[in-house]
Amino acid sequence: MATMLIQGGRVIDPAHQLDQLLNLVIEDGVIAEITTGIPRTDEVIMAQGMIVSPGLVDLHVALRDPGGEEDEGTASGTKAALAGGFTTIAALPDTNPVVDNRASAEFVILQAERAGYCRVVPLGAITRNHQGEELADLGQLAAGGAGGFTDANRAVQSAEIMRRALEYARMLNRPIFAVPQDATLSAGGLMHEGYYSTVLGLRGIPAAAEEIIVGRDIALAELTGGHVHLMNISTRNSVEELKRAKGMGIRVTADVTPHHLAMTDASLVTYDTNLKVLPPLRSQEHVDALIEGLRDGTIDSISSDHRPFASEKKSREFDQVPFGVSSIETALAVVATVLVDGGLLDWPDLLRLLTVNPAKILGIDAGTLDIGRPADLALIDPAAHWTVDTRQFFSRGHNTPFQGKTLRSRVMKTIVGGEVRFSRQ
Amino acid sequence: MKSTWSRRHVLGLEDLSAAEITTILDEAARFKEMARHGEARHSLLKGVTICNLFFEPSTRTKTSFNLAARRLGADTVDFTAAASSLSKGETFIDTARNIEAMGVDHMVVRHSTSGTPFLLTKHLGTGVVNAGDGTHEHPTQGLLDLFTIREQRGRIEGLTVALVGDILHSRVARSNIWGLKKLGAKVIVCGPATLIPAEIRQLGVEVSYRLDEILEQTDVINLLRIQFERQRGAFFPSIYEYAQFYGMTSERIARAKSDVLILAPGPINRGVELTPDVADGPHSVILDQVTNGLFVRMATLYLMQLAREQALTTP
Repeated sequence: MATMLIQGGRVIDPAHQLDQLLNLVIEDGVIAEITTGIPRTDEVIMAQGMIVSPGLVDLHVALRDPGGEEDEGTASGTKAALAGGFTTIAALPDTNPVVDNRASAEFVILQAERAGYCRVVPLGAITRNHQGEELADLGQLAAGGAGGFTDANRAVQSAEIMRRALEYARMLNRPIFAVPQDATLSAGGLMHEGYYSTVLGLRGIPAAAEEIIVGRDIALAELTGGHVHLMNISTRNSVEELKRAKGMGIRVTADVTPHHLAMTDASLVTYDTNLKVLPPLRSQEHVDALIEGLRDGTIDSISSDHRPFASEKKSREFDQVPFGVSSIETALAVVATVLVDGGLLDWPDLLRLLTVNPAKILGIDAGTLDIGRPADLALIDPAAHWTVDTRQFFSRGHNTPFQGKTLRSRVMKTIVGGEVRFSRQ
Repeated sequence: MKSTWSRRHVLGLEDLSAAEITTILDEAARFKEMARHGEARHSLLKGVTICNLFFEPSTRTKTSFNLAARRLGADTVDFTAAASSLSKGETFIDTARNIEAMGVDHMVVRHSTSGTPFLLTKHLGTGVVNAGDGTHEHPTQGLLDLFTIREQRGRIEGLTVALVGDILHSRVARSNIWGLKKLGAKVIVCGPATLIPAEIRQLGVEVSYRLDEILEQTDVINLLRIQFERQRGAFFPSIYEYAQFYGMTSERIARAKSDVLILAPGPINRGVELTPDVADGPHSVILDQVTNGLFVRMATLYLMQLAREQALTTP
């Protein structure tokens, strides 16, 4: 029986309010014991000064496999995930072809197994080919391993289709993930509508484009009893609506991205195409509301929303480049810098947003340090300072606005099923 | 004078100080004065190559820049391409770098996307002058408007200037607002609510939806072109209704200040922004604007070349 001891670390398990200097014992890939004792094991990892956290869980990551291999691949994307401390990620279905059928979902799982880095849960499409017109094979997708359904960046515009998707997915006990955005109000939009869009002459996307669909989807969740999960919420009113809906017991959850917490629309004065994201970076009042929503528990989770792109796709005119940031390798450090260093959240609360909460949304058994569970862990040096250098990225996407920025805290080791799959020198 | 200028690029009037704007205007006035005395051609930019890199159609701006460069003795080369035809293969950055590699000193850049000239400065060693980028800025147009107003009135400070029409899609409006505010004018933007962009008041301008209400207090009225090609969907019910509320007619001129100046950046839609009798009437300085554009562009290119030489000689 192979045994491993992770000794002397600050063990944080948000699911059980655990935050103590302890030793964690792994036997045959499974968490066997969390103890003050020092049992004899085959292998010892010294973790003094480090946080020992459940492996992070990311609710939406673009692996671009198949069809977008110039931007990312399952191997590069899942290795990048490990470097970011993530042991389970949900893969967006907006590949080519779209994951709207069982074979495609199984291919995602097969590719992840071939790569052998982190665990991957496929997300299936809500509608066939993301066209928003007819439901994809939701039942077959679920049978093929899809943990939820989403049309990625394309919000389903038809309220009728969205209603039926929520009803059908409820039957399958799966959530519907949605980036809330009204297509008519956001058409042609490049950034948040406000002072800076006026000065820069970039077409704006008003906050209302998001809030209209947040309101609609909450109403549909109430109508159907289905679970809607709002991805990348970005506005003050979205947080308010979410709070109200949760108070009424409606099945709605939400996440935010690190970049929407770390930056505002003012940063676009550089016309840096790496700042072009969907929804757009908002103004300070919205950012403040998002942080407050994380603090009071209204917002459930933080997702990297990793959207890697080959450099030539981002080296174009601002209106020609696609939306997104290659973010999975910087996600934890960015939010730790903004929220923990900023004195807004402590480590256990931050890790709750990155582990047990997203695992619950996805309905998977992960994100905790339960005895008997597979040992999926992230070892984090909370004191590390490091400078982002895309040349060291494992992701093929180097599209990050954090290039050259100095961040606090770094993932040093990532363990999946008791096996050290990533270790930083 | 030259000590107040060190910029190798002119991307917008937002970046320029009042002193820098005045430097360009003074230099342009000097070129105009010399031309009046028969000294229209210079050899100040002899041996310098200037490329007109136009990714969007333009007739007068390109012609004006071309002529300005040649009056200074520079060699000019034109590169015109629809942005869309490039989108499949080479990026605009590759295009610009290829042209730079042929030995170009300055790029005059026009592009339908805001921010493109700024992005080019990150990739090129040449000087870059913005000849209009999307709905962001058109600095030399702003400068020639300022020049024309100053020439006609002797000053900018204290004047009330109205910008009328499509503010949302107008790069000319943004350059005018920055320049006029920096030189001390009061600025009113006037147009239908759908064409007034968000938070415009934060730029220090007043907003009006009724041309008739501001006629009596304005010294200068700049009639912006309705940008049919930039408009998505319906911003106003009809051209007819627009002309009724915002068109400059001789009847409105009669109610304005007796010495009101009428500017228009062109090309004008006669009968929409203004009627032909106004365009060709005594208050109109539209053709003066075009003339002055040449001198403003000469001044801009000349100052950019001075800054380039300074940058090359000082390590």
